[in-house]
Formats: sequence, C-alpha cells, structure tokens
Amino acid sequence: MALLSLDAVTKSFGGLTAVKNLTFEVQPGAIVSLIGPNGAGKSTVFNLVTGIYRPTSGSIVFDGRSIGGFKTNAVAEAGIMRTFQNIRLFAYMTVLENVLVGRHVRMHAKPWDDALHSPYERREERATTQQAMELLEWIGIARFAREWARNLPYGMQRRLEIARALVSEPKLLLLDEPAAGTNPAEKADLMKLVQSIRERGVTVLLIEHDMKLVMGISDYVHVLDYGEEIAHGKPDEVRHDPRVIEAYLGKGA
Amino acid sequence: MRLFAQRSPALPFGLGAYTIGQILFGALIVVALAVFPLIDANASHVSAVADAGYVLLLAFGLNVVVGYTGLLVLGYAAFFAIGAYTYAMLASPQFGLHANFWLMIVISALVAAAFGVILGAPTLRLRGDYLAIVTLGFGEIVPQLLLIFDKYTGGPNGIAAVDQPKLFGHSFGFNPTPYYYLYFAVICVCMILLNNLRHSRLGRAWMAIREDELAAQHMGINTTLTKLLAFSIGSAFAGIAGVIYAAKLTLISPDEFLFPVSVMILLAIVLGGLGNLPGVLVGGGIIALLNFLVLPQASNWIHALGDIVHSGALQSVDLTRYRFLIFGAILVLVMLFRPEGLVPSATVRAELHAEKEAA
Repeated sequence: MALLSLDAVTKSFGGLTAVKNLTFEVQPGAIVSLIGPNGAGKSTVFNLVTGIYRPTSGSIVFDGRSIGGFKTNAVAEAGIMRTFQNIRLFAYMTVLENVLVGRHVRMHAKPWDDALHSPYERREERATTQQAMELLEWIGIARFAREWARNLPYGMQRRLEIARALVSEPKLLLLDEPAAGTNPAEKADLMKLVQSIRERGVTVLLIEHDMKLVMGISDYVHVLDYGEEIAHGKPDEVRHDPRVIEAYLGKGA
Repeated sequence: MRLFAQRSPALPFGLGAYTIGQILFGALIVVALAVFPLIDANASHVSAVADAGYVLLLAFGLNVVVGYTGLLVLGYAAFFAIGAYTYAMLASPQFGLHANFWLMIVISALVAAAFGVILGAPTLRLRGDYLAIVTLGFGEIVPQLLLIFDKYTGGPNGIAAVDQPKLFGHSFGFNPTPYYYLYFAVICVCMILLNNLRHSRLGRAWMAIREDELAAQHMGINTTLTKLLAFSIGSAFAGIAGVIYAAKLTLISPDEFLFPVSVMILLAIVLGGLGNLPGVLVGGGIIALLNFLVLPQASNWIHALGDIVHSGALQSVDLTRYRFLIFGAILVLVMLFRPEGLVPSATVRAELHAEKEAA
C-alpha cells in the first residue's frame, strides 16, 4: 500500500488553479521527485500535504489516514516532516536546540514536568539529547552543537534542517529544493545523504531543480506544469518525454 | 561519542546550563540580598529594595511572553492590576471578606492566568505591531473598568485597608522586612521554575515560535496551545506580584496600574537582555532601584546641596518626576550601544566553550 497518495487533488486561489486534479502515490521506501518549471505548483503540493492549505477538492491519504485539512502540527505528529526552500531554522537557538525542537512531537513531558524539572522530564530530556547528538554526529555537524544555528555556514544549515526533520523519526520526509545554492561537491554529498536517509527507513519526496541530482537518486519522477501532471515515470522515461522537454525548453521552432 | 549536554542533568534547578563562575556570582548576590536587611536597618531602604520584588516578578512574567515567545505585549500592567484587585476585593473590608493571603497568592495567579488566556485567545493570529496595539488597548480597558465598577472596586479611591499577610499568627504589619523576605523567597522559587522551563520542551517551543512560527508548526508544535500557555504563565507572575504589592501597600487604586508601569517593565527586560533570565534580573533590579532608591535619594542630596548654596531651584528638584525622561534616555543609550541588553544570552559564552573543547 502506498505511504502517501493524492487522489484528484485540486487547489484554487480565487480564479487561479495552482494544482489541478493531481493524482499520485509515494510507495514506502522510495525516493520520489516532483519537478517542473517555476510556478508549476510543486510547493503548493507540499503545502497541501503539510496542512498549510486545505485542498479545494480531492483527498490526501497518508499511512492509511486521510490528512487533507489536518492542522500542520497534526501532520507532523502523523509522521511527515519537511525542510524549506529558503532555510527556516530557529536562528537564535543552538544547533542542538533546533534538533530538540524537531523531536517535540515525540516528547511527552507536561508543562508542570518542565517547570519542576521532574524525574520524568529529566529522563526524557537526557534520552532526547542523546538521540539528537547521535543524529548530529551521523549528519556530520555534532561539533557545532552549541553554536547558534545562524552562525553555521550555508551547507551546514541545510544539513541541520534535515537533521531537525529526521529526529522525530518521520515516515515521510519532504525536501524542498535541498540542493539550492550548493556547490557540486556538496551536491554529491547531498545525493549520498538522501540515499542514506532512505536506508534509515524514511521515504523521501523531494522538489528539486537540479536535474543531475533528480535523475541520479529518484526511483520515480512526477513532472508538473501549470498545476497539472504532464508526465511521470522512472527518471530515464521522463527525461526523454517530449512534453517534459517542451515544458522546460519551450516548443521547438 | 562526545556528549555536549545542553545542561548537566546532574545539577539541580537547571544550574547545569551555567558556568561555575556564573553560579558563584549568582550565589554571592543571593547571599548578599539575604543578609541585606540585617546590615542596613534603614526601613526605607529595605522597603525600596523589597519593592524591587514586584518589578522583578513582573519582568519575569513579561519575559515569558515577550522574551521567550516573541509576542509584544504592551498592556501587561493590566494583569498586575487583576492580581492586586483579586486579592484586595477578597481580603479587605470592601466586602467584609478576609481570604487567606497564602491561598490568595495561588488564586490570584490563576485568575490572572485566566485573563491571560482571555486576552491571548482572540489575539492568536496577531503578531508584532498589531498584537502590541491590541494588548495596549487591553491595558487601557482594565483600569477604566476598575473606575467604572466603583461599587465593587472603589472607583478612583481604590480599596483601602487591604489585609496584611499572617504567618504563624504573626501579622506582617508595616515593617518592610517580612515583605522583603517574602519577595525574596517567591523570586527564588520563580527563578528556578523559569530556568527549568527555559531549558525544557515547553521553553524550546516558545522560542521556536519566536524564531519562526511556521517552521515551529511544521515541527509539530501546537502553536495555539503553546502561545496560550505563554500568555497564562506570563500573566500568573503578574497576579502573584499584584497580591504581594496590594498586601504591602494595603491601599490600591487604578492609577497605579497604568501604561507607564507596562513600559517600565518592558524597559527592564530590554535593558537587561530580552529572553535571558539573569539579564532580566539585572535589568529589573537596575530599573527598580533607580525608581525606588536612587532617584528619591539623589533628590534628597540635591535638596541638601540646595540648602547649603541657598539655591531655591536645587531645593525643589524632584528627580522622580523625571524618571520616565531618565528611563527613556537609558533605553535610547542601550539601543544605540548595546542592543542585545546588558547581560545577553549565555549562548554566546557557550559558543566559546564549544570552540575550546573542540580544539
């Protein structure tokens, strides 16, 4: 059964239809890419899945539950975490604190536990800190744990965002243009990272403009243009699809 | 694997978040304040330092809302008024009720917290300027209501002969020393609770909302609930401050809870270091001592100087009338030269330590 399935999802803003009758599935354990020119509706899809927008029509089912219209925090609790196209870290919190916030939904200390620093809170805090540090170690930025997030170099901030999204052990990770602004060496690292995220058992849905990266790591690609799906398939199939070439390059003379 | 624990859980009261030097310095201040009334027997001095207590409690509460959660609230004195009037109405000849002071500390805190939610709920979608304006309105409404419902609140005359606290059958009376130690104890407890909160799941959720509300939602934080918790917990501190304030003064009236009080508290936390508890303590202390001790004393000295040089102008100087001029000048100077406050967050220091450990 698909982990995430969108069925005939439409989203209109007034007269503008940002996503039109979109249907696709993400199988568990897969790396799936959403591509398309600017304004194709890719980010709207992310915002629909994460509950920022409510679909005008159609259904979104995640892990057997209909999540269309869920509040954003409930979507996170259900097991979908994301990164952002423009990095949105908690700038004046430490790297470690950023990751601890990512674990918020899996922590259960009540406000009075927090205020009284109760034994339960202490245990949970210790366990969570250890988990967070292990993840930072894994992603390679543990040495910056006590730095403010804003002080990290750009590439590290990207990694921190991914760590923050992974620490709650989500089932599905949404990556919004993870390669934006990275150099070729960092891109190669990122490809390895996305693959090792999949090896951790996390399904990945990503938006990306970098074709080399998309074609290199995706199991499946969906191409959007003007809010509609114009092609889908394995990377090699999509690459040679005339509609895709047209959407990206324009119609040949 | 090396663990840079956020704080060492082995130390109680969240002290692990601070360096040994900071803890020793803090301990020194605590001891100094604990023995202060024994050394300086001048009741007006003790009273002035005791009054710093309510400024600090208000600063703590406002810091939760403004400093941690990033919600600019301008009418915070309203919650102070609510706390004070809750106690005064239930423990004075006003209605012939004489509720227990210690119980009323809890009840007033809860009442103020409830009003915090009442103000918070409709303003959840507002941020920045818009929230500031709505809360400013709330701060104006509460004293007006206190004036209008004079049957219950005594109107402009306020409520007099408020009960003084009793401990083991002894009334606190008009001697400031018991109030001093009461504030001292309450502040110590509040600091421990707040320091715990700051380094906990809830405290991090508050700061995440301050830093980026949308990202916080995506991390699974229920921003509605978390903001309401900030409003209610922040207001509860004002409620507690109000009870002790009313009990010490035994007479309260609406004009003690006007906009200048809100501004003074905001100034205290900005001056000290927004969002940093030791900073708030320093900022609140400076503002309170200036207000209650330094300005009146300095006025007296200038009067004495005026007597010596036979200058009528100097003899009639009253610096307390210029306190908001002085506070304003301080705020401008702080913003120009040290916008992060006198005692900024410990994180900056923590960074230096991380570098040393890595080296």
